[in-house]
Amino acid sequence: MAGPRELPPDEVLVQRLRDGDEETFALVLDSWSGGMVRLAMSFVSTKDSAEETVQDTWLAVIRGIDGFEGRASLKTWVYRILVNTAKARGAKESRTVPFASLLPEEEGPTVDAERFRATGEPYAGHWVAGQEPRPWHIPEDHVLRGEVREVIAEAIDELPPRLRTVITLRDVAGYGSEEVCSLLEISPGNQRVLLHRGRALLRRKLESYLSGAHDIAGGRGRA
Amino acid sequence: MNCNDFVELVTEFLDGALSEDTEQRFIEHLAQCSGCENYLDQFRQTIAATGELTPEGISSDARQHLLSAFRDWQRDV
Repeated sequence: MAGPRELPPDEVLVQRLRDGDEETFALVLDSWSGGMVRLAMSFVSTKDSAEETVQDTWLAVIRGIDGFEGRASLKTWVYRILVNTAKARGAKESRTVPFASLLPEEEGPTVDAERFRATGEPYAGHWVAGQEPRPWHIPEDHVLRGEVREVIAEAIDELPPRLRTVITLRDVAGYGSEEVCSLLEISPGNQRVLLHRGRALLRRKLESYLSGAHDIAGGRGRA
Repeated sequence: MNCNDFVELVTEFLDGALSEDTEQRFIEHLAQCSGCENYLDQFRQTIAATGELTPEGISSDARQHLLSAFRDWQRDV
């Protein structure tokens, strides 16, 4: 994700925003809005609603920037407003994503148990021959890398909302574990369970995409 | 450590959240098992590819609306 890393430090950003520097506002707007729409999608039911949530958040930022105290980073502060705004809107749409405890389907193995040798067999719990992960070659080629990103973007959209939220914050927006826990009011352990499950699902999608691409490249169609 | 334990600990390992003892057993297993070494590497590649996603952003209408809201707010203060 281009953008956030190239922004000036917070104190410079905040001062310029307070001074009404439009260019700086456009810069943060363009850098962060995409991630914000994705994150908002976790709490509300439609893309339009997510966009409106992001707009409302920016309006609150414009009005509130003078009151920003710098206790968290500017981006965290903006994201916190977003999460609160999105939760309120989601509640109105009767779509809430409580994070306090894990759902039953969020626990249990993240890799298909059939890929491991069964209990009682020699080497129980080890990969079944032929089922072990193979080395990956994610293509360097610009277009193919774009396809890989598309596979991932689609897979993220298909994730259950809570997994999507945590993946979006940790791996798309690049937040650390502590910030995510405080944003979502979730324990570090539960956050990691959701993140791990989300990543495992994305890995699985990529695995089947890349093995399919390999078959085609090797002239072997898939049955 | 078995492979089916290893695959569940990858995120904790990458976060540096494993206990010292478990981390040691994780690394021992990693050194001996090419399947799990590949799994860990695939996890890393998945995370890296996810980090390359370019978010779509908001519509240009919404963007213009917010830019003018910013301008107006500053003028009013």
